[in-house]
Amino acid sequence: MVRLNASWLALPLIGFVVVTLVVPIFSLAKLSVYDATVADALPKTTAALRSWTGPELPDANTYAVVAAELIELQENRELGRVASRVNRIASGMRSTISKTPRRFRRSEEERADLALIAIDEKWGKPQIWYAFKQATQAFSSRNFLQAIDMRIAPDGSIERAPEYQRVYVSLFLRTLLVAVAVTLLCLIIGYPMAYAMANSSPLWTRFLLVLVLIPFWTSLLVRTTSWIVLLQQQGVINDILVFVGLIPDDERLTLVHNMTGTLIAMTQVLLPFMILPLYSVMATIPRNLSLAASSLGANPFQSFIRVYLPNSLPGVAAGGLLVFILSIGYYITPALVGGSQGQLISNLIAYHLQSSLNWGLAAALSVLLLLGVFVLYVIYDRLIGIDRMKLG
Amino acid sequence: MPDAHVEFRNVSKTFDGETYVAQDINLQVPRGEFLTLLGPSGSGKTTCLMMLAGFEAPSSGEILVDGVPVHDTPPHRRAYGIVFQNYALFPHMSVEKNLAFPLQVRGVEKARQQEQVARVLELVQLQGFGARRPTQLSGGQQQRIAIARALVYEPELVLMDEPLGALDRQLREEMQYEIRRIQDAVGVTMLYVTHDQGEAMVMSDRIAVFEAGRIKQLAAPITLYEEPNDPFVASFIGENNRLAGVVQTVEDDICIVDVKGHTVHAAQVSKTTQAGDDVLVVLRPERISVQPRNHDYSNVHRAKVVDLTFVGDHLRVLLHACGNESLIAKIPNTAGHGSVLEGDHINIGWATLDCRAIPI
Repeated sequence: MVRLNASWLALPLIGFVVVTLVVPIFSLAKLSVYDATVADALPKTTAALRSWTGPELPDANTYAVVAAELIELQENRELGRVASRVNRIASGMRSTISKTPRRFRRSEEERADLALIAIDEKWGKPQIWYAFKQATQAFSSRNFLQAIDMRIAPDGSIERAPEYQRVYVSLFLRTLLVAVAVTLLCLIIGYPMAYAMANSSPLWTRFLLVLVLIPFWTSLLVRTTSWIVLLQQQGVINDILVFVGLIPDDERLTLVHNMTGTLIAMTQVLLPFMILPLYSVMATIPRNLSLAASSLGANPFQSFIRVYLPNSLPGVAAGGLLVFILSIGYYITPALVGGSQGQLISNLIAYHLQSSLNWGLAAALSVLLLLGVFVLYVIYDRLIGIDRMKLG
Repeated sequence: MPDAHVEFRNVSKTFDGETYVAQDINLQVPRGEFLTLLGPSGSGKTTCLMMLAGFEAPSSGEILVDGVPVHDTPPHRRAYGIVFQNYALFPHMSVEKNLAFPLQVRGVEKARQQEQVARVLELVQLQGFGARRPTQLSGGQQQRIAIARALVYEPELVLMDEPLGALDRQLREEMQYEIRRIQDAVGVTMLYVTHDQGEAMVMSDRIAVFEAGRIKQLAAPITLYEEPNDPFVASFIGENNRLAGVVQTVEDDICIVDVKGHTVHAAQVSKTTQAGDDVLVVLRPERISVQPRNHDYSNVHRAKVVDLTFVGDHLRVLLHACGNESLIAKIPNTAGHGSVLEGDHINIGWATLDCRAIPI
């Protein structure tokens, strides 16, 4: 008979995590490298192009297959989906594909290749056919390449994307920098706060704890939008600065809808995630240790650096990792207060999910983000040791 | 005592201005003495130690070390060795680093540090443990390291706050002698806080008995035991029978006390005691003779044996006598001690100087 023990009680949680985390992550990873939309819609074209390698144009037969399948797609009203897929690889192809079936039927040209080229001269360019062939390949690294500002050249080699298309690497770097900056800001503000909480009378501790937790009682959206009220040019902060005379009225600071706004709002929103682990570790540091250090001749500074700080490091590690990981994937706050300068990688992922509907690219960006966090986690484990991390 | 190493002058401590944690503490500790502050928890002994260490400030009065007031010296400049409850070893440092810490912050050079660390490790007999973390040591070993750390920079004054509280009984007794040995070897002045009177008796040159923030009696262990002059001290140090009574007459330092109709002759404790005063007659159980053959005792009373308990080296007898229902006597475990049985009516007796009339 199977003996039941308490760990069975965790089954609902494990199931929940599998359904809401493990399964989506795997389907996301699949989505980033596998997209059979074009291959399924144009099976004969896909087969015909498989043997074609260029550099000369495909044969007339291939042209005929393409024309026939495009007409069929139009009749089934599926042409748009295919057109937009191909358009992602070779921009401008949407209109070419859209008009081809209609005009081809009216065309009196006998040879399919001449007819297509007559409809749009793009059909006569080998690089367009390379792009078309790429679109028919279900398995592809192009999303990942695009996510690191690379692309597949017509000859099949991998090259850097043209400069005007390079977006993602600098955005990843910006996200990383913001995450580091927010983590440091949270640490600088949170450490003294946690220290005060851990070393006050119980009444004060409770009061400070409520102060830390109060933000959780309001919605994240409210907190973030209230920062817009505070930070905008006619907002409270600028009004105060002008009133005090620190800045002239016509040189009000731009504090929101840029990087400054993102940093300020994210630091405030994520601060509790730094303070709480810090506090719970500090609360376990015996007061005796500091007394002992000073009785042994250490001045307050030495006592803090040599005794208190090393014993609070597990809390710094836990809070730092938590804030860093949360901020590297942060979305709502930069979307609302970030403007165009303060957007982070997750805002672009959301854009590709919701607006451009390029789910493959969104998936590739997400997978890269996930890998980045994982790599940092491993480095962190090597440097500090994950078992030294304490949440309390 | 002009050359007192440590002196408390009328020191009081209150946190709220009403209740005193320590009140009118006067103490003079000569150089090299082992002085124990003994009392139940909350009696103010630890507060006194923390005021001397500089972690608390007295509300009034003065603390002097070598005749100089120390109030304006921050704790880290006082340079006393302190052993805390639960040791307060630094968990993130090895034993060696713990021991070298006070030397490092004083800027002692490396070679000298190692020398000193080796010396104290030898003193506490833990050579070879230097590389370990405190958590890898047993309670007794951690205790020794804490003591070694308090001694490594050669302070002249060492303070210990219930250092043996977390150890089991056998280890505690071992460490009592160990601490005393180390103190004799190093020759420091020691102020030691404990609530364990046995510990205090074994280790101390003198003991200050605290109750409710005041020192009730300050004397050598034997004096505290044999000549308590305070009801609390009489019952806190060792076991004592307490008989409430009224003084009839006083002559030649002897009080004749009426204890519920029974006349008891007792030594006079306070010169001011006079006829009509309420007193507490205290009498050690081992001083009561059961069935005395010697009839010279000034106090001889009839008693009923209520209960007998065999304790090993003695037989513990619960008696009804002198109008008191729980008088305790001890019969040494020698040949013939079994002649007393429960329910017997017997004679008990003791000499005048075996009991003391303490004014209430």
